[in-house]
Amino acid sequence: MRRWSFRRASRGLTIGALFSRKTPAAARRAPARAPKETPSRGIFTRRALALMGLQTAALGALGDRLYRLQVSDGRKYATMADNNRISTRLLAPPRGRIIDRFGATLGGNKVNWRALLLAEQTTNVQGTLDRYSAILPLDDRERARIDRELKHGRKFIPVVVQDFLSWDDMARLEVNAPELPGILIDVGTTRLYPQGPTLAHVVGYVAPPNERDVAKDADLALPGMRIGRAGIEQFHDLALRGTPGSVQMEVNSVGRVMRELDRREGQQGKTIGLTVDLGLQQAVLSRIADQAASAVVMDARNGEVLAMVSTPSFDPSLFDSGVSQQQWAEWTADQRTPLINKAVAGVYPPGSTFKPAVAMAALQAGTLTPGDRITCRGYIDVGGARFHCWARYGHGSIDLHQGIKFSCDVFFYEVARRTGMDPIAATAHVFGLGTKLGIELPHQRTGSIPTPAMRRAEGHHWNGGDTINAGIGQGFVTVTPLQLATYASRLATGRMVQPHLTRSIDEALQPTMNPDHWPALPMPEDHLQALRSGMYAVVNEPHGTAPKARLPLAGVQMAGKTGSAQVRHVSRYARESGHFDSSKLPWEFRPHALFICFAPYDNPRYAAAVVVEHGNAAAEVAAPLARDIMMDTLTRDPVNHKDAPGQKVADAI
Amino acid sequence: MISQKRLLRAEPSFRFLAKLWRISWLYVLLICVLAGVGYGALYSADGGSAKPFAGPQSLRFGFGLVLMLGVAMLSPRVLVRLAWPLYGLSLLLLAAVLHMGHVGKGAERWLIIGGMQVQPSEFAKIALALVLAAWFHRAGHKRMGNPLFLIPPAILVLLPVGLVLKEPNLGTAVIIGAVGASIFLAAGMRLWQIAILIAPVPFLAKFAYGHLHDYQKARITTFLHPESDPLGAGYNIIQSKIALGSGGMWGQGYLHGTQGQLNFLPEKQTDFIFTMIAEEWGLVGGLTVMGLLLLIIMGGMLMSMRCRHQFGRLLGLGISMNFFLYCVVNLSMVMGAIPVGGVPLPLISYGGSAMLTVMFGFGLLLSVYVHRDASFGENEGNA
Repeated sequence: MRRWSFRRASRGLTIGALFSRKTPAAARRAPARAPKETPSRGIFTRRALALMGLQTAALGALGDRLYRLQVSDGRKYATMADNNRISTRLLAPPRGRIIDRFGATLGGNKVNWRALLLAEQTTNVQGTLDRYSAILPLDDRERARIDRELKHGRKFIPVVVQDFLSWDDMARLEVNAPELPGILIDVGTTRLYPQGPTLAHVVGYVAPPNERDVAKDADLALPGMRIGRAGIEQFHDLALRGTPGSVQMEVNSVGRVMRELDRREGQQGKTIGLTVDLGLQQAVLSRIADQAASAVVMDARNGEVLAMVSTPSFDPSLFDSGVSQQQWAEWTADQRTPLINKAVAGVYPPGSTFKPAVAMAALQAGTLTPGDRITCRGYIDVGGARFHCWARYGHGSIDLHQGIKFSCDVFFYEVARRTGMDPIAATAHVFGLGTKLGIELPHQRTGSIPTPAMRRAEGHHWNGGDTINAGIGQGFVTVTPLQLATYASRLATGRMVQPHLTRSIDEALQPTMNPDHWPALPMPEDHLQALRSGMYAVVNEPHGTAPKARLPLAGVQMAGKTGSAQVRHVSRYARESGHFDSSKLPWEFRPHALFICFAPYDNPRYAAAVVVEHGNAAAEVAAPLARDIMMDTLTRDPVNHKDAPGQKVADAI
Repeated sequence: MISQKRLLRAEPSFRFLAKLWRISWLYVLLICVLAGVGYGALYSADGGSAKPFAGPQSLRFGFGLVLMLGVAMLSPRVLVRLAWPLYGLSLLLLAAVLHMGHVGKGAERWLIIGGMQVQPSEFAKIALALVLAAWFHRAGHKRMGNPLFLIPPAILVLLPVGLVLKEPNLGTAVIIGAVGASIFLAAGMRLWQIAILIAPVPFLAKFAYGHLHDYQKARITTFLHPESDPLGAGYNIIQSKIALGSGGMWGQGYLHGTQGQLNFLPEKQTDFIFTMIAEEWGLVGGLTVMGLLLLIIMGGMLMSMRCRHQFGRLLGLGISMNFFLYCVVNLSMVMGAIPVGGVPLPLISYGGSAMLTVMFGFGLLLSVYVHRDASFGENEGNA
C-alpha cells in the first residue's frame, strides 16, 4: 500500500485546460509536480465535456419549451386557467312591478326568508334538523327531501330547509341560532299581489318555471326566477323578467367559493302601468257582490280598460310557491269557474245586445232605413217555422228607434231576414264581436259570428231560421264580455278602438292612449246616431226596456241595451202555456243577463258591458248593476280625480 | 496484513480544518440558494405558511447539510471500502421493498425504517455510482478494451435496474441505467462497443412496451394525447401546462398563482413544484431556477474533471449525472415533454428521503473535490 499524500493545487483548472484535446496543459507544463497523466483522464475529460454539452442542450431545450408554454402559447393557457378558477353565477333580477293607472301596486315583490342548511358547518346534521323541527315543524316529506338533497349535494352548497318563512318564523330561528349550527337564513323575494283576488284575472300570477321553460331560456334556472302563467304577468313576462346580474367568483378545484371577484347587479324588470283604475275595480267588484258575473268598463274614446271584473276570483299569491293539489281541485271543480277570466274567456250568446249590430248591418246594406216601419204581431212565420216576440201580443207598427227601445224580436227577425247573415257577420266583426281583440291577456276566446259558409265548412246545414235567430243574438252567435264592451265603445264614439290594458312601460306612455291613434269606423255618423238614440230610449224614454238603468244624475244620461241569453231551449208548449218562468229554473239553466251601455249620451266617454251568469232578467239584474257601475265610473272621472299623477303625465304630453 | 484501522489512523497530515477549507464553499452556497428557493416554493404551496411542508423540509435540509459536510470529509480510501457494502445494502433494500414495501400511486415504493420513509431506489443510484467508480478506478485504458472486463460492472448495473423495474418504477430504472451508462462512457469504454450496445435498443424498446403495465401504457398514451382524457390520466399534464401558461413572462406574483393556490395543480408540493414556481414567478423565475440547476450540474462535472484520480472523477460524474437526470426528468414531466412518473425535483420538492440521498450525493461530490489531488491508486499499466 502506497501512502497517499495531499498536494496543494497551485493552479486552478482553467477553461482552456478543459477544452484541450490532450492531457491538461498544467500537467504538461509541470511534469514534475504532476508525475503522470493517464489516457483515462483524457478520455474522461473529453467524454465528460460531451456529456456537459448534452446536459446544457437538454436544459436549453427545456428552457425553450418553457418559453413556448409560458409566453408563445401563454394566452391560450391563461384563458384555460381562468376557466378553471372563475365561476360565474347569475343573480335573479327583481321582477318588474305592475301598477294601476294611478300608481297603486298591483304586483310587486316581497322580501321573504328561507332557512338553508350548510352541512359542513355542523357535526350532527340530523340533530340540527331535529332541533329545527322543534321550532318550526318539518313534515316527513320535507325531511326526506332534505336528506335526499344532502346526500347528493356537496357539503359546502347549502340545502333549502324551508322556503317562504314569515318574519316571525325567521325571528324564532334567529333567536335559537346557537342551537342550530349549520342553519343559515337567506333573503329571497316572493311575488306579492297586494290586491289579492281583486285583479287576479287581469294581473295574472307567476309560478316557478318548469323544465320546458328552462330549456327555452336558461336564465329561468336561477333560483328565485318566476315565470308569468296568466294575465299581464304572462303577456309582459319578458319585459317584467329583467336582466340577470352576475357574480364572478373564484373557486378552487373542488368548487368551493374562495372570494367574489366581480358583481354586476341585475336590472329589475320593467314597470308595467295598467289602464285599470284600482278604485273603480274595487267599486265594480263590490257592486257585483257574490254573483258569478263579468263586467268590463272601458274608456270609449281610446279603448283603455278601466275595470275588468270576473267573479268569483282567486288569490294569485298562492301560485308563487306552487298550488296545493287540494286547492287546485277545488278551483277546477267549481262550476262558477274562478280560474277563468270570464271577461275574455267566457263566451255567451249576446242576446238582444246584438240587435244594434244587426240594425247597422241592415242600414249599411240598404235593407232598412231609420224611418222604415215593421209590424210586430208577436210572431213571424219564416219558412214554415214560427218565431215569437218576447211580447206575446206584439208591438204593432214600429220603426228602428222603437225596435231598439222595445227590443222587439219580430222587428229584428224581419231585419235579419231582409239583410242576410253575411252582412250581419261582417258588421259584427267591425264592431269587434266574434273577433280576436288586441287585449294583452292570454287565453282569450273569440266567440263566433257564424255565416252559412262557415257552418257548411263544418258540415252543417244553414237554415233560414238560423239567420232569423242570429237577428236577436241567439243561435250560434257567441261573444265575450270584453267584445261587448268594445262593441259599445265603438258604437258610442265611432272609433275603431281596441281594448288594451297597457298604459305605460317604465313610465313611457303608450301611443294607444291617444284617441286619434284609432281610426274611424267605416260607418256613417247618422247610422251610428240612429242606434245611439235607440239605446238612449231603452234607458231614458217611457216604456224602454231598462228604465232601472237611468242615472240619478242631472244632465248626464246613459244609453244602453239589455240582453238575455237562453242557455236552454224553451219549448213552444212551455212558452204558450204561459206558465214558463225562467226564474224557477235551477241556477245553471237560467238565462244569462247582459247589458251594454255608454255614457254620457251626448258626449260618450265611458262604455261598459255587464254579464251576470244565469242572472235571468237583464232589465232587473244587469241594467241596475250597469247603472251603478257607470255611476261609480262617472264619479271617479279622472278629470275630477284630484290626486291623479298618471293623468297629469298624460296631460303633459 | 496490516489492519485497516491502523492504516486509517496512519492517515497523513491532512487535518480536519485544512480539509474544511478546501471544500468549495461557493458550491455549498449554490446548494443553499436552491434549497432556499425550495423553501419559498413550499411556503407558497402551503398557502403562505410554514406548515405543513416548508418548516419540516427546512429542518431536513439542515440535517442534510450536516450530513453532506460530514461525508465531504471522508477520504476516497474510505469511500472505496464503503462502496461494496453500500451497494450490497442497496440491493438488499431493493429486494426487501419488493416484498414488504408500501405502494403509493401505482409505482413508488418505500420502506418504513425507524419511522422514516426510505426509498431504496434513490439510495441505489448513489451506491451504484460508488461501486462502478470503484470498479473502474484501477482499470487502465487497455483493460477497458476487453469486453470481458465490462461484463461484471454491467451486471452491477442490471441488478438494481431489474429490481427497480420489478417494483415497478420505470422512470427510476431508466435513471439508474443512464447513470450507469454515463459512468461506462466516461470510464473509457470503446466507441465500437457502445455502437454494438445501442444498435438493438429500438427492438428492445418495442419488446419492452409489450411488457409495460397498463398504468405505464396509459401514461404514454395520455402523454401523446393529453386532451383525450382531461379529467383522468391527462388531468395532471393539462393542469400543469395551464398553470405554466397562466404564469406568462413575469408570473402571477408570489403566493398568487391561481392554479397552484386553488389546488387545480396536483402534487404541487412534490412533483409539480416547478410548475408552481413558474406560475408565480413566470418564465423569468422558471429560467432562473433552471439556470441554478445547470450551475450545480456543471459545477459537479467540473469538480469531477478537476480530480486527479479516476475513482473521484467517475464518482463525481455519476452523482452529477444523477442530479441532472433527476432535474431533466422532472422538468420534462411537468412541461408535458415525457410521460408523468413520480420523480421529484431535487432539493425543491417536498420529501425526506429524496432530500437526504441528494445531500449524501453532494457530500460525495464535495469529498471528491476536497481530495482532488490525493494520489490514490493511479496505477495505469500503460502510463
